Amino acid sequence: MSAVAADVPKAVAQRRSHPTAHGEARFGFAMIALSVLFVAVFTAIPIIASLGLSFFSWDVISTPQYVGLKNYQQLFNDGPVLKSFGVTLGMALAIVVLQLTVGLALAVLVNQRKLVWVRTLFRTAFYLPLLASTAAVSIFMGYLFDYKFGVVNYYLGLLGIPNVPWLTSGFGAAATIVLIAVWQQLGFTFVLFVASLMSVPTDVLEAAQIDGAGPLRTLFRVKIPLISPTILFAAVVALINAMQLFDQPYIMTKGGPGSATTTVTITMYQKGFQNLQFGYGSAIAIVLLAAILIITGLQFLAARKLVFYQ
Amino acid sequence: MINSTGTLARIGRITGVLILVLAAMVALGPLLWTVTTSLRTPAEAFGNPPQWIPLHPDFSNYSAVFDKIPIGRFFFNSVIVTGLIVVGQTITCTLSGYAFAMVSFPGRSVIFGIFLATMMVPLQTIIIPVFVIIRYLGLSDSPLSLVVSALGSAFGTFLMRQYFMQMPRELGEAARIDGAGHFHTFLLIYAKMAGPAIATLAILNFSGFWAEFYRPLIFLQNQDNFTLPLGLVGLQGNLGTGSISVVLAGVVLAILPSVVLFIFAQRYFIAGITAGASR
Repeated sequence: MSAVAADVPKAVAQRRSHPTAHGEARFGFAMIALSVLFVAVFTAIPIIASLGLSFFSWDVISTPQYVGLKNYQQLFNDGPVLKSFGVTLGMALAIVVLQLTVGLALAVLVNQRKLVWVRTLFRTAFYLPLLASTAAVSIFMGYLFDYKFGVVNYYLGLLGIPNVPWLTSGFGAAATIVLIAVWQQLGFTFVLFVASLMSVPTDVLEAAQIDGAGPLRTLFRVKIPLISPTILFAAVVALINAMQLFDQPYIMTKGGPGSATTTVTITMYQKGFQNLQFGYGSAIAIVLLAAILIITGLQFLAARKLVFYQ
Repeated sequence: MINSTGTLARIGRITGVLILVLAAMVALGPLLWTVTTSLRTPAEAFGNPPQWIPLHPDFSNYSAVFDKIPIGRFFFNSVIVTGLIVVGQTITCTLSGYAFAMVSFPGRSVIFGIFLATMMVPLQTIIIPVFVIIRYLGLSDSPLSLVVSALGSAFGTFLMRQYFMQMPRELGEAARIDGAGHFHTFLLIYAKMAGPAIATLAILNFSGFWAEFYRPLIFLQNQDNFTLPLGLVGLQGNLGTGSISVVLAGVVLAILPSVVLFIFAQRYFIAGITAGASR
């Protein structure tokens, strides 16, 4: 009796001292509920499910069969699949290197322009391709790079250059798709670099000038080190995107000629959604994810030496 | 000496401008060709040299594209899908972004950590389980499958959280003392100030999902359910229209809404790109 009586004021006091904390926690959970639900069902659980499915053989219709590491064994002995990893890596590296260097060069040049409207004009020009969908771009680029009727070969012909098999030869198709991807994505790195160059403090640049540094020296010794965190970010995002290259080769070449532009994601689409090998497709997805994580890790490792944090 | 460095600097400047102009021409050329060729008669569309200035614009391709394929239907599907995702994500991400920034609850940093981790995982590597879940939900071959699987966004949550974290906490505390509830404090004080972040997220989502090709390709089978990018690729392919100028008219129609939006909301497009860099 006395124990109960003693407990009552304590409980009341407790509730009084934490009513907001309690209500706040409930409010917090309510606020994140929708996001947690959708992110869990359509992102978090699928990551685990993808890993899980990779140990099964499943054609969507019958019951899944546990096969252990068989999908992975098959993958590492599957010539065409392994080749698609090589194709993806090669094209992705080319895209990222071009996107970073050309984007940076143009950003530096635009940044030197004093007039605001001139800067806005160029920014708009380099940004516009990003507004079109990759599907739209793949369609009109396919026409422009057509072997017989394409505008590109027409103008090269005027210069006396014979028709180039842009999309109809193995190397040509891979290189052309790289160029088209760079053409479209350039606005991303360009806009990032322009914004970041603008934030380089003017007193630092003036100090460099007083010390007698020319424009090139200032660029490589002052500006680029100062914006190196942004370059790292751009490199990481661009590479993650490029490793998933799908739309352009799927629409323009169907992965061909031969398998010259068959990227990992095209292989995965064929195995998973055309052959209905969901287990094998998942194994390819997991290896792709691992490859992306490893490369991103390497980028951050390299960044330790190269990136300059203030 | 002074004279020669002066000349050198001038040559450098002129070369710089020339490179910029050339690059801008390369960036805009294909887009300009697409627009002008969509205005040529079907017969001369593939004729070279290309017509860079449409002296006799022929708009018949724009009506032909409506006759040849259900582009109105594709447009409608794209508007519905993109619109619902934009509105849906604005709601889910504003709510959760606010909670992660301003509300304290047990497990907050762990849950947010999991969100950040999922941001690293590309869509393509989880598409098979997502497709299976869509099937279990009975949403196979429905445009709604594109909506439902895109309503949550770790990146959007992150973006909104960043914005709310910059806001002064004192405002909310003052409102609470005046007796406003948690939700009222959020809705009437903080959400009202989040306009720029909401606009950035909405623009990012619009341009991303309006242009999306991969998920529609996998989720949709029936042509009636196609969104614009998927429908256009079909237009170019087996549906065969006889002329590329008709296809290009479709392409121009598909790009137009993004361009119009860009003209009016350019700074939010730019903000969307630079927002990620602040992580």
